[in-house]
Amino acid sequence: MCLALPAKIVEITEGDNAIVSLEGVKKEISLALVADAKVGDYVLVHVGYALNTISPEEAEKTLALMAEMEAAQ
Amino acid sequence: MKYVDEFRDKALAKKLAKQIAEEADQSRQYNLMEFCGGHTHAIFRYGVQDLMPNNVHFVHGPGCPVCVLPIPRIDNAIELAEQGAIVCTYGDMMRVPASGKNSLIKAKAAGSDIRMVYSTMDALKIARDNPEREVVFFAIGFETTTPPTAVAIKVAAAEGLKNFSVFCNHVLTPAAIQHILQSPEVRELGQVHIDGFYGPSHVSSIIGSAPYDYFAEEFQKPVVIAGFEPLDVMQSTLMLIRQINEGRFEVENEYTRVVTPEGNEKAQDLVSEVFELRRAFEWRGLGEVPYSALKIKEEFAEYDAERRFAVSESKGKDVKGCECPAILRGVKKPTDCKLFGTVCTPDNPMGSCMVSSEGSCAAYWSYGRFRLERAKEAAE
Amino acid sequence: MSRMEKRFPTKINMRRGKVDMTHGSGGRAMAQLIEELFARHFDNELLAQGNDQAMFDAPKGRMVMSVDGHVVSPLFFPGGDIGSLSVHGTINDVAMSGAVPLYLSAGFILEEGFPLEELEKIVVSMARAAKDAGVPVVTGDTKVVERGKGDGVFITTTGIGVVPDGIDISGANVRAGDAILISGHIGDHGVAIMSSRENLAFETEIVSDSAALHGLVADMVAAVPEIHALRDPTRGGLAATLNEIAYQAEVGMKLFEEKIPLRNEVDAACEFLGLDPLYVANEGKLVAFCPAERAERLLEVMRAHPLGADSAIIGEVLKDEMGFVTMETGFGGTRIVDWLAGEQLPRIC
Repeated sequence: MCLALPAKIVEITEGDNAIVSLEGVKKEISLALVADAKVGDYVLVHVGYALNTISPEEAEKTLALMAEMEAAQ
Repeated sequence: MKYVDEFRDKALAKKLAKQIAEEADQSRQYNLMEFCGGHTHAIFRYGVQDLMPNNVHFVHGPGCPVCVLPIPRIDNAIELAEQGAIVCTYGDMMRVPASGKNSLIKAKAAGSDIRMVYSTMDALKIARDNPEREVVFFAIGFETTTPPTAVAIKVAAAEGLKNFSVFCNHVLTPAAIQHILQSPEVRELGQVHIDGFYGPSHVSSIIGSAPYDYFAEEFQKPVVIAGFEPLDVMQSTLMLIRQINEGRFEVENEYTRVVTPEGNEKAQDLVSEVFELRRAFEWRGLGEVPYSALKIKEEFAEYDAERRFAVSESKGKDVKGCECPAILRGVKKPTDCKLFGTVCTPDNPMGSCMVSSEGSCAAYWSYGRFRLERAKEAAE
Repeated sequence: MSRMEKRFPTKINMRRGKVDMTHGSGGRAMAQLIEELFARHFDNELLAQGNDQAMFDAPKGRMVMSVDGHVVSPLFFPGGDIGSLSVHGTINDVAMSGAVPLYLSAGFILEEGFPLEELEKIVVSMARAAKDAGVPVVTGDTKVVERGKGDGVFITTTGIGVVPDGIDISGANVRAGDAILISGHIGDHGVAIMSSRENLAFETEIVSDSAALHGLVADMVAAVPEIHALRDPTRGGLAATLNEIAYQAEVGMKLFEEKIPLRNEVDAACEFLGLDPLYVANEGKLVAFCPAERAERLLEVMRAHPLGADSAIIGEVLKDEMGFVTMETGFGGTRIVDWLAGEQLPRIC
């Protein structure tokens, strides 16, 4: 459920909108649900709205956790 | 694709598979319910089941707002279109069977003005472009999809749009999970043995991880909020197995890159500004579930399609033999349904589980384990 | 005054004119439209015979014939239009038998009120596609339907061709052990079409891959006459084509997701909309089945042709009466690649 994609904000436009890019595919979406999103941030996009910003640090941590599974044992 | 490809990495998958196999206790079974259709999809599309040891089972729950929408509500949406409104809907709803084998797509073919949209913003635009027509947005979805509807209503109100309204069918996840856990089959009869839950990814990004604390405590089952890329599902499986092995029942968050304990407060505030709880709402397969759905508040009454138009109280029934209700609760598998694969196929769906791309039946069919199994049976 | 000037005192106003019922009625208006638009651009010897039929000597050998109706919407999309699409599509259908395409016919059903300027663009595009491919449109027809009863333009094209001796290409020939090849990236056309549909507005540089493949086929067939089957994965995408052939030949298939060429942008667009690229239409690609030992050679030949530069071996045919097409995912698990049920609609869930 809730098909949502991480996409990068490439431009802030008028109203509460922004253009995001996913591998060069651009779409205009609404930032009405997130506070302080800026160009360069990655946001989770669902039905034309950004739901949340993605934390790069946490993403790194999660991947590191998965990769270190063996080592941690 | 950043934040996507890394979480589909084959090498990491192998590592995790190995780890899961090592830690899964061979003397027992692990029945893990993934509540969210996105997880069902990920599991089937990437073949995650193949990487699991034999004693780890995915139980598919009612995590699909399309699947749980009762027939009368779809009938209502079709009625609104037949009364002359432009009904805007997400693509998912188009082919869901309503009463008398009708559906939005069939009603469209018969001449009703039903338009598929990607976003509530598109519906607002249609309203602005067609001031002489009534435009109704058919709102469905869990907590992830609700904030966009709230925004649309506020925008409509701010602009003073006179021809826009929302037919609200937003439902709440924790209420559904609770209902399943309290159902006789689960609680007393022990028919559906669930050892742990994968918490929904994006619902949690809005409501946060806090609402699940209650379940973990009350029902003594671990919950791991899982992202919906396949590696997230595997990592979460490992976390669930660990909790189960250690006898813990906590709420853990695997999807930390998006989900925080408090969630998206701005979105939550917008939703509580526009919506309030319905006392009860019928869920397909679960019956009446108290405090499980939202309706539009009085101050936004003019944007509430239910108050604006007369919609009948139809009593739609599932097709005879359709096991969607049981399948949605995880009590039966798609292959247990007599209609599955015979009368009921994606081309000719009888129930919502087959139409929705994340319904159990559709997932089984499209990515279909069963056929391999049936084929194996035939060969034996 | 020349003969033509006497017959049609004033030229058709292509800029501002619209199709009306007289253009299909068989009278002077129709004759003028044919002369000033269709015949003018399609312009070839056979068409110039000026009859209701084109007359030519019967070619020697096995002939093939194919027909296609084209109802694409929108009519103009990045990388093509209904005109070029119809020419490419029918040439490809003929070519998938291994045949050399010879001639095309084109029937137009026009909607009353359709702007002549757009019709001209379409016809010019068709003529160019036919010329570039070396396959002329030798006969045609025009009808007009009332406003509201058509989608602007519908085009039906028929093509004929001749299969060279020694070539036997058919889905039924596919055998267990065959290699499965594709001539390039999947999903481009479908995504290009969707990106120009109003309510799905997203921006992308993806263009339709619409192309005539008979040149590529000729090279392939010359180098590897043992090719068992060819098919172009149009509506329903690669998945539909493979399932069709699996059913026809009563075999199973196994694909390797990592080997299937897919552009990042197409992948991303599909993700956005919740679509599976395996089910998205292609209009300039072909799938080939050949004995395993010839696969490398066939791949080499395909890659040497501009329309096959990104060709790849993507799977193999298995013995399996149930006709399952399965795929080893990039993730390491297995999934089934089934027929498409209904139309793939963008989803939020």
